[in-house]
Amino acid sequence: MKPRHKRAAIVLGVLSAVGVATALVLNAFNSNLVFFYTPAQIAAKEAPQGRTFRVGGLVQAGSVVREGVTVRFVVTDTLQNVPVRYEGVLPDLFKEGKGVVAQGQLGGDGVFAAREVLAKHDENYMPPEAADALQKADKMRAKMAGTLDTHSASPSGAPTPTPGAVK
Amino acid sequence: MIPELGNLLLLLALAVALVQGVFPLVGAHRGRADWMALARPTAYLQFVLVAMSFVLLTVSFVRHDFSVLYVASNSNSALPLLYRIAAVWGGHEGSLLLWVLMLCGWTVAVARFSRSLPNVFVARILAVLGLLSVGFLLFTLTTSNPFDRLIPAAADGRDLNPLLQDPGMVIHPPMLYMGYVGFSVAYAFAIAALIGGNLDATWARWTRPWTAAAWIFLTFGIGLGSWWAYNELGWGGWWFWDPVENASFMPWLVGTALIHSLAVTEKRGGFKVWTVLLAIMAFSLSLLGTFLVRSGVLSSVHSFATDPRRGLFILAFLVIVIGASLLLYAWRAPSVGLGQRFGLLSKESMLLVNNMLLVTACGGVLLGTLYPLFLDAMGGGKISVGPPYFDTVFVLMMAPLLLLMGVGPLMRWKQDEAGNLARRLRWALVFAIVAALLSGWLMGRIAPATTGGLFLAWWIVAAIGVDLVERLRPKPGMGGSIIGRARLLPLAMIGMMVAHLGVAVFAFGVAMVKTYETERDVKMGPDASTEIAGFDFRMLSIRDVQGPNYAATQAQIEVSKGGQVIALLAPEKRIYRIQNNPMTEAAVDSNPLRDLYISMGEQLPTGEWIVRVQHKPFIAMVWSGCLVMMLGGFLAASDRRYRVRQTRSAVMPAGSVAGGVR
Repeated sequence: MKPRHKRAAIVLGVLSAVGVATALVLNAFNSNLVFFYTPAQIAAKEAPQGRTFRVGGLVQAGSVVREGVTVRFVVTDTLQNVPVRYEGVLPDLFKEGKGVVAQGQLGGDGVFAAREVLAKHDENYMPPEAADALQKADKMRAKMAGTLDTHSASPSGAPTPTPGAVK
Repeated sequence: MIPELGNLLLLLALAVALVQGVFPLVGAHRGRADWMALARPTAYLQFVLVAMSFVLLTVSFVRHDFSVLYVASNSNSALPLLYRIAAVWGGHEGSLLLWVLMLCGWTVAVARFSRSLPNVFVARILAVLGLLSVGFLLFTLTTSNPFDRLIPAAADGRDLNPLLQDPGMVIHPPMLYMGYVGFSVAYAFAIAALIGGNLDATWARWTRPWTAAAWIFLTFGIGLGSWWAYNELGWGGWWFWDPVENASFMPWLVGTALIHSLAVTEKRGGFKVWTVLLAIMAFSLSLLGTFLVRSGVLSSVHSFATDPRRGLFILAFLVIVIGASLLLYAWRAPSVGLGQRFGLLSKESMLLVNNMLLVTACGGVLLGTLYPLFLDAMGGGKISVGPPYFDTVFVLMMAPLLLLMGVGPLMRWKQDEAGNLARRLRWALVFAIVAALLSGWLMGRIAPATTGGLFLAWWIVAAIGVDLVERLRPKPGMGGSIIGRARLLPLAMIGMMVAHLGVAVFAFGVAMVKTYETERDVKMGPDASTEIAGFDFRMLSIRDVQGPNYAATQAQIEVSKGGQVIALLAPEKRIYRIQNNPMTEAAVDSNPLRDLYISMGEQLPTGEWIVRVQHKPFIAMVWSGCLVMMLGGFLAASDRRYRVRQTRSAVMPAGSVAGGVR
């Protein structure tokens, strides 16, 4: 090979390697995106079955039932509820009436089988997804009441989602 | 009085930083030696001012001055002294001050250890560092002043976040910041070289030890953070692909690429343009990390700020720094010549592939970290990118990287030959395969993916062995004993071998713990027992204990194997009084071969507790691998070659300069 060809081969090899790597990364990215649904969306049957997604809201007061290692609770956005089942140790800041995000799959029986339950490490902090769900439910309620009241139901300390995030 | 004094010192530091940032730079441009000579004394002065203000903030913490807003928000009269000191950087404002202090510290180090460098070059470097300091001091003073008063003073403080009350937390942020900020030195060297147009092998040689030093601290900071998360978050995980972890990991990946690329620039004069870009990228990613963590864009344990002004300021700063350096790069870099040619199979091409893989991995992490934020900001809904994505990216990029890590160091510069390499490495290959299968067999189960990981670890070890044997073999015309020959090996070479060995140790630990760890969530009351991986766990009792600022429920759990008691573990569930947060304090019995990890979940109505017990084989190797990597970096950075003085040292002693200022 002439040096010029050799150089071209190196450039070509590097480019195709980068191309392949990028394609693999994007593919992995695509198949591992976890979408977020609010309880309202789940009630409206918008959430997929058999695919992992996240649901967020408040842990409904009085809904937590322990059966040994299994725990059942209800996630609510104050309008709609989703029953959740989880096995294992809940995070320290999991509390009734507080914000929670669960990741898992929706079963045919309508129960959300959580593989992971997230509650963040500050009592005043609301997971953004949970805050978002409450905000949306609030908008919905305001719409139903026929008012343009934009009062927020999210507790203090909750990061306000960008206006664009609420459709 | 003390806070006001601290504030004043910061203002003075800002003024000094401005002088340090402007005069030497202009002086270097106009060839005015007196202006350039300002660089060193201002750097020293700025450090003294910032350090004194940092001490004053610490004093406020130690003396419980709750009339300072920052102290009142992050401390409490019941907080032990050690944590009061650590609380100085337990919140946003203080950690920013720590950042500035680190920057000044690095600047002083550069000023002190750059006597052999040309004056013009040093002036430019110190000026660039001074300008960075101006940015951060402005940020501190305008949006996040730790000395702001609280009127009227609070009766008591709101306490430090309980999660941060851990010995690991005392040193994790300073180490991480040392690494983050350390890349500012490589960045300043690159910018100074771009301005001066003298990107060459000498520049690379000067930059190498500084880059390695920053990399060592960053490695330590990340490793420590992982160890802290493992011990303190109570879940037994050691890496979560949390955006904040990613923020520290991205500069590490690019910094590692930079270290390798600098080798080519120094030895062969190649990759110059690319190396400069990497230096700019490494520091930009450090800044991006600061932005992500401090702006409140991400919400996690680490993000303290929710003030949008802060986010905006950092974003603007980020845009200016990255934009300006890329502009300068686009303007000056094309004039830099290409290096020498190299063949398809050569050390250069191996290092090129190394760089591509590391940068692609970093790009993958960046995508997974930023895309959800981007989508959310654009109103595209909320998504999250979970660990499976990052794991996949990492296996994809790291597997070839580790494979080449065995081959690369043995290759010759410029051109090598495949047959020759295969002959040199055949026994290493056989050894690695056998060792991988044997390790799996000893663990009782041979899993294909794990065998791959174990093979890569053993492969690196074997290749280092081959390299070492070849280098220590008597060569014609070179006598002496084997020890004599070993002493002739350059430290940089030994450092590289040790660092690669560290990667092997790390990879071995990860492969082992990912495959063979077992965990079980069980209901336990007094006298209940459970078993995992051949260990019996029996709960003896549950009792209440009182800490200085918390109350805890403590379980006594006896661990035995084959009837032999091996450990008594006492996991706790703590409630910190002030913030009223529950905290899981896991109990760990650790040895090099395995960790036994017990954490308490919640109490059931029956009075029993949900307890999680975990067996984690070889997890200690994950962190010891990091330590070995650091040792390698340390050896490489201390190579004498980097410290050899240049003959033309027209260096003015720093002390005599002050008199020369007109």
